[in-house]
Amino acid sequence: MRAHLSDRIGAALLMAPLLLFLVLAYAWPFLGVVKWSFTLPTPGLGQYNALLTDQLVQSVFIRTLRIAAIVTIVSVAAAYAITVVWVRGTPVQRVVAEFCILVPFWISVLTRAFGWVALLSNRGLINTWLQAVGFISEPLALVRNEFGVIVGMTHFLIPFAVFPLASSMRSLDDRVLLAARGLGSSRMRTFWSVFVPMTRSGIIGSALIVFVFSLGFFVTPAILGGGRSVMIAELIYLRIFQSPDWGLGAAISVVLVLFVGALMALLFRYIRPKQLV
Amino acid sequence: MPTYRPGPVSLILAALVALFLLLPLLAVIPVSLTPSRMLAMPSGELSLRHYRALIEDPRWINSILLSIRIGIVSSAFSTVLALCFSLGVWMFQPRFTAALVGFVLLPMVVPPVVSAITLYFLLTSISGFSSFFGYDTWLGVAMAHAVMTVPFATVLILVSLSQLDRRIDLAARGLGATVWERATRIIMPNIKFGIVTAALLSFVLSWEEIGVTLFITSVNAITLPRLMWMGLRDNIDPAIAALSVILIVITVLVLVARSVVVRLRAAQ
Repeated sequence: MRAHLSDRIGAALLMAPLLLFLVLAYAWPFLGVVKWSFTLPTPGLGQYNALLTDQLVQSVFIRTLRIAAIVTIVSVAAAYAITVVWVRGTPVQRVVAEFCILVPFWISVLTRAFGWVALLSNRGLINTWLQAVGFISEPLALVRNEFGVIVGMTHFLIPFAVFPLASSMRSLDDRVLLAARGLGSSRMRTFWSVFVPMTRSGIIGSALIVFVFSLGFFVTPAILGGGRSVMIAELIYLRIFQSPDWGLGAAISVVLVLFVGALMALLFRYIRPKQLV
Repeated sequence: MPTYRPGPVSLILAALVALFLLLPLLAVIPVSLTPSRMLAMPSGELSLRHYRALIEDPRWINSILLSIRIGIVSSAFSTVLALCFSLGVWMFQPRFTAALVGFVLLPMVVPPVVSAITLYFLLTSISGFSSFFGYDTWLGVAMAHAVMTVPFATVLILVSLSQLDRRIDLAARGLGATVWERATRIIMPNIKFGIVTAALLSFVLSWEEIGVTLFITSVNAITLPRLMWMGLRDNIDPAIAALSVILIVITVLVLVARSVVVRLRAAQ
């Protein structure tokens, strides 16, 4: 009954609802947030000026970049170790590795952060055990600081770092590795001089994904940092809800989007997104 | 041809990473069995009181029911929108497809906290007109979740469409099928697995959504993650440990069942 309609109208009718929904419920309010950043509390560039001069905001930006960098290096290295086994191990090793990657991946960020609280807090598993054995008399401060944040974020992001690495390791030609071994290269040397360089695109892709994710991370730093290791996302939350300064919260959001946008542009140069259509 | 297997050093490092990944999930088990009212390791006796609290305390039940309701509504909404959009893209291949798909994927790539402040702006604006649809209402949360999950649903449906043979659609078209018939009787039956997966993933993402939910709820629309968050920030409630154990067990069971099904299919 719609056969007589031209293709263009058909496409428009099918695609319009979602596009309209996202324009109204996402693009328009985002422009509203941008407007806040220029108008609250007074019109002008005052909030962006504050970003450049405010000591607290700057220390939060620097802390976020530092934590994101550390988390990126640790997560990619850890993900690399387990991905090697997931992709190249024996069938049994593969099943075990897959289980260890996918179970945490599907469990919510809150449950995982809580698991670290249960392990690291003063009356948590690790401190209780160390005290029982007699290694320490006072509980170690493992949580409510930057260490706890880094541990929790690394744990959250390892599975995300695994996927680009896995695809680069899968597409790698076995014969090259066997040739290197056949020509007398040791296991170590084959790994570092042949295997790792051939997975370069996977390493870059996974590092960028982890870094971008870490920049906007909210839940884990808020729980494991305990308010003492505030990152950008939590600062936005605090500016909106605790010391109402919507303009500053909005300005930080705009800067964060621009920064992440630039990084994403870099990411797409290295990982060609699969042609979907 | 022999394959290149990881050596002992690789295996040891991978085992350490695996331990790191599983440790916090295992740690919640003893905590959930503590008889104490605060977060602590059980010393001596074990107790199921925190599991009982989950059933007896109406706050937990209410938030679970609310999360299910929001999950179903937002998942249905985002799956239908994503399906229509993807059908349009696949059947008509309009110009500017890449730009349009890129736009739809934005909520997936923009930092969640920025989406959160955006949706906060949206819902507080709506609250000016309507009291049952806006900030801190369940419909408002469902809509915000739909914004966040629709990119994932779209990706899944587009991927399953990309594996579909265009010739069956061309044949239907050549035989005089209308757009409606092609969509509902030719294309959709062939991608039903993708559609169901999209709906399930949307539900799961809504069920565990916390970053955005924190910005758009305060006292009325307390979803399960929001309630967990409240229990985690102040005095840590061991009922969260009991709930975590249940969620972890469900996840493990679903993943094991899925891999058994995949293996059985492969064996056939």
